[in-house]
Amino acid sequence: MKKIIENLGYKFILYEVEYQRKNLTFVTVDKENTVQLLAYLRDYEGFKHFVLMTAVDWIEDGLFQITYILNNPKKKIDLAIRTKILREKAKMTTAHHLWNQVATYQRELKEMFGIDFPGSPRVNESFILEGWDNIPPMRRDFDTKKYAEETYFPRLGRGTNDPSEYMKQKLYPNE
Amino acid sequence: MKETENKDKFLHEENKKREVTAPDGSIIQIDPMQDYFCDARPQVQEPYKIKIVEKFLNWARSESIWILGFGTGCGSIEIPPLVTPRFDMFRYGVQMRPTPRQSNAFIISGYLSVKTLKRVIRSYEQMQSPKYVLALGSCTINGGMYWDSYNTINRLDQYMPVDVYIAGCMPRPEALLAGFMKLKELIKAGKAEKANEYIENLDWYKANQKKIIKDWNMPDYNW
Amino acid sequence: MSKQHWLNIGYDRSKYPETGGDGNLIVDKESQKFVKVWQGPNHPGVTGNMSVELTISGDEIVEAKTHVGYLHRGFEKLFERRKFIQVFPTCIRMCVAEPDYNEYNLAASIEELGGIEVPEVAQWLRTLVLEMARLQTLLRVVPGQGGTTGLGIGVQWGVYLRDLILDRFEELTGGRVYHMYIIPGGVRGLLPAGFKKRMLDNLSKIDEFVQNIDNVMYSNAVFKKRTVGIGYIDPAWVNSFGIVGPNARAAGFKRDVRKDYPYLKYPELDFDPYTATESDIYTRSRVRWHDLQITVDLIRQILDKMPDDGQIRAETPNVLHWKIPKGETYVRAESSRGEYGFYVVSDGTEYPRRINLRGPSYTHAVSLLEHLLIGANIADVANIMVSLQTCPPEIER
Repeated sequence: MKKIIENLGYKFILYEVEYQRKNLTFVTVDKENTVQLLAYLRDYEGFKHFVLMTAVDWIEDGLFQITYILNNPKKKIDLAIRTKILREKAKMTTAHHLWNQVATYQRELKEMFGIDFPGSPRVNESFILEGWDNIPPMRRDFDTKKYAEETYFPRLGRGTNDPSEYMKQKLYPNE
Repeated sequence: MKETENKDKFLHEENKKREVTAPDGSIIQIDPMQDYFCDARPQVQEPYKIKIVEKFLNWARSESIWILGFGTGCGSIEIPPLVTPRFDMFRYGVQMRPTPRQSNAFIISGYLSVKTLKRVIRSYEQMQSPKYVLALGSCTINGGMYWDSYNTINRLDQYMPVDVYIAGCMPRPEALLAGFMKLKELIKAGKAEKANEYIENLDWYKANQKKIIKDWNMPDYNW
Repeated sequence: MSKQHWLNIGYDRSKYPETGGDGNLIVDKESQKFVKVWQGPNHPGVTGNMSVELTISGDEIVEAKTHVGYLHRGFEKLFERRKFIQVFPTCIRMCVAEPDYNEYNLAASIEELGGIEVPEVAQWLRTLVLEMARLQTLLRVVPGQGGTTGLGIGVQWGVYLRDLILDRFEELTGGRVYHMYIIPGGVRGLLPAGFKKRMLDNLSKIDEFVQNIDNVMYSNAVFKKRTVGIGYIDPAWVNSFGIVGPNARAAGFKRDVRKDYPYLKYPELDFDPYTATESDIYTRSRVRWHDLQITVDLIRQILDKMPDDGQIRAETPNVLHWKIPKGETYVRAESSRGEYGFYVVSDGTEYPRRINLRGPSYTHAVSLLEHLLIGANIADVANIMVSLQTCPPEIER
């Protein structure tokens, strides 16, 4: 694993390298280099199996983190590639030509996070939601509770408690 | 005003009014939302005038509950055990049918996302009267586990009439059988009249449905 | 990746629609010679609440589009509002058929990020529960393949036996379908008295079923006619489409997370995943049939080898105030459909930043199915869908 990362270090600029487990490593790269790196890993390092692709919303930094996890079925190791893109008008290079299922992931990210992938097939078609006219729901500034209360008809008299506060009040009121 | 805006915004390409060339070369105008469907309002089904006949009909209805085979949520995982020897619902005259036109009971098996609700309403309206709805699980009663989700409805009775609720997450097959027994009692007593209630309050139901189904794209009445 | 389809190679098919020079069909949708048909979401059972939009010519499919989202509950959004321990009862509903893999993956990722060692007995019990979950799914899916070709008897047997396993689940965990048995740090309880004997009784009944289904289904002429040679997955697609689990094993790839990335007590158990190379519907179903036998054997081994008593739960901080250290991880397990993984990001608070599920159906039911259906007949659509063992709730979550 370390050898592969070392080799990669000669060809690409790797920012952070985290060895999470014996067979799982996280690396952070530039937005521009990501797709090249994916293609390189697939063709030369044997990372043939595309595991998943997803986004994480770091709203306080104004960034989206896109994570690709690749798997090498021969050596039985995983490599996760992270890249950060700006949250405003989020746009990312498409990787649909590398694996067939990537187009589906990109369609989902476009719908749920509003990240655009120009050139990806059917990326603008709705995938999961139908007739959605709010901001993309997986963004952290979208408040699902408020939306649900306004849109659907909640049962009257339903209350919620913070579990830790509530248990403290009920079980140990004097502490 | 807002409603019509939404209607245009989400109207699919194939549902728009347009001109097409017929096979013989003439040009005709079509409006898919109007042309293929009957837009007459449904009628309330009155009970039969002779009391004993109505009683007999109710008995017959209660002994042949045919369910539409549409598993809308997690609860549908408990339907296969019902069909198989252990819980065998066929001994109560309950069986599954593949199409809405042949069935008279609808099991809403759990939470409904907005996308499924649209299909459910359409299937429900295509079913023949008298028809009954069994709502399964706590999700249909108050949203259950997904009460704060942006995509699932909270209370089913705002959008569709419900005859019998079966609580639990998820209800056991025995609970479902008990629900069928209850439904039979209601039918025999002539109290399972929710389908008529739906027709009487149609405007209220339609307004509620249209409030959340923005991508309506189907005619208002589907019978 | 060759775009030429399996049905176009030396297959006696009608001349319409014509094939172009590159081996692809020429489909001009404006010509009004094609019909669009929807299959689903109104469904009979095994394939779940999803629909396929088919463009057909005669009864041959020229274009297929998968539509999902009917079961979308926004789990990943709901997790942002729930503490890690509150996520447990919610996340198991992500896959209805075998919820235990969700519990295990979440517990394992929390333990990895929080640095907790799971006691020996708890690991054995977790292995047992995961294998039981696989067993009950396979009992539904193996005969379900016959159900799509009109052979209902296997379903009747299989679902009855599945109910017996659900009874054992109820005895062990208190829940019939949703168990919430695996919790961070361990499991909720030990085996009840007499559990082993009743389980072994059930397993001997399943042995009988395995033989019967072989005689009734796999030797059936109609079943063979409907499945052999249909829905062929090219081995070259396994990597380019991300095919995992039994579908990859039927194409000659020995991929099994239990062997490749050993977790829990699998290294101490003796088993060998079955592989075949024909890669059609029949073979995929056959691989599942072998999986069923392997699972029965594994449960016997587990019951034999596991210690009777011991600590079942490691010391954890108070789960209501437990701040999981900042970090990211990806944890996987082998479900009955293949690799089932959780990607968990924690930002150092009590609430998860993001939990993302990687389900095998995501690739099988969307990109692969759309590709595989082209050239097939309408009657084979359900057959192919069941042979891929699609489970929509894990696609849309």
